[in-house]
Amino acid sequence: MRVVHYLNQFFGGIGAEEQAGVGLEARDGAVGPGKVLEQLLGEGAEIVMTLVCGDNYAVEHEEELVNSVLKKVREAGADLFVAGPCFEAGRYGMAAGALCVAVQSQFGIPVITGMSEENPGVDLYRDALYIIDSGTNAARMRDVLAKMANLGRKLVNKNAIGLPAEEGYLRRGLLRDQVVEQTAARRLIDMLVAKVKGESFESEMLPTSFESIPMPSGIKDLSKARVMLITDGGLVPKGNPDKILGTAATRWGSYDIKGRDDLRGKDYEISHGGYDARFVQEDPDRLVPLDAMREMEQRGVIGKLHDEFISTSGRANPLSNTRRLGREMAEKAKREGVDAVILTST
Amino acid sequence: MVQITSAMSIAKMVGSNRIVLGNGIIHVTGDAKLAPEEEKDLRRKLVQKALDALQSGEK
Repeated sequence: MRVVHYLNQFFGGIGAEEQAGVGLEARDGAVGPGKVLEQLLGEGAEIVMTLVCGDNYAVEHEEELVNSVLKKVREAGADLFVAGPCFEAGRYGMAAGALCVAVQSQFGIPVITGMSEENPGVDLYRDALYIIDSGTNAARMRDVLAKMANLGRKLVNKNAIGLPAEEGYLRRGLLRDQVVEQTAARRLIDMLVAKVKGESFESEMLPTSFESIPMPSGIKDLSKARVMLITDGGLVPKGNPDKILGTAATRWGSYDIKGRDDLRGKDYEISHGGYDARFVQEDPDRLVPLDAMREMEQRGVIGKLHDEFISTSGRANPLSNTRRLGREMAEKAKREGVDAVILTST
Repeated sequence: MVQITSAMSIAKMVGSNRIVLGNGIIHVTGDAKLAPEEEKDLRRKLVQKALDALQSGEK
């Protein structure tokens, strides 16, 4: 088993915060915690390369880092990619998550990392990755590495993976079928009885949690603001040029409305399952209110209506996906000098 | 950002912090039952509400 291991500058032995700006370095063999990891992975496992990068460099040059790491992982012919563990180091976690996702999707090889639940990398990447719960205390390094090694080996050998609590990884929000002895009604009553008696019980449902997002301050002078329309109701030009799926869309599109003051049904279609789209088909302004917004622009209420609107389908979409779509849209809006967005949701 | 939606509970659940109630899932900013001019007027009002929300500092 050929393993490539990613570490930050601290665990890679370059130095502490003052060295956070150093770029990517590749070294032969295991470094620092990698030496223990290699032992724990057991016979036949070899860390053939360790990649070390400063935390600041990693987050400031993410794309460059990802590309360089992909190249190195390919050269090394890796069977497993390991990053961290990162504990609560946020920049380290963000980089480790981005690299694991990239390696996983590019080469289809198993990847594993470790973080504490509060690490921002967890919120971004938990759905896509096995992230061992490292806790915040780096003194538990050996323990965390043992779990990472165990799960990593299982992934490489394509063994069955246990539940989060059994393997020590952070809940990914995945559902899977399982045969159980008791019916749902029976299990529910058992839980209820336990709850009433004050005994412990384990719920089978865990609510999805959403972080609270601080509200950006209000627009001071709307008459100078550039406003963009976005919809998750699936309005796309006829023929759906970006092939946006009506369910679990993986893409969004941006469509020209320059010089137009009304949307016509004959030019558009709706790629969105689940709601009766006939009314929007008849008049797309019922979803993307171009006519009213153009008036606002002409009356000087807003400075400018952005020349494109963005659309995707918000139906039955995993959070890991929608978060990415949202980030990408926000990046575009920012890049193009948009001050405010009106999002219409079905 | 302000969100115009008829699924208020979903918008609240995911933490959207400027929300304007739309006029139904099937036509968030329209109403097929109204005459065209009335419908456009409804849309103007919804859009105006959204613009007001964008200028508000507090929820």
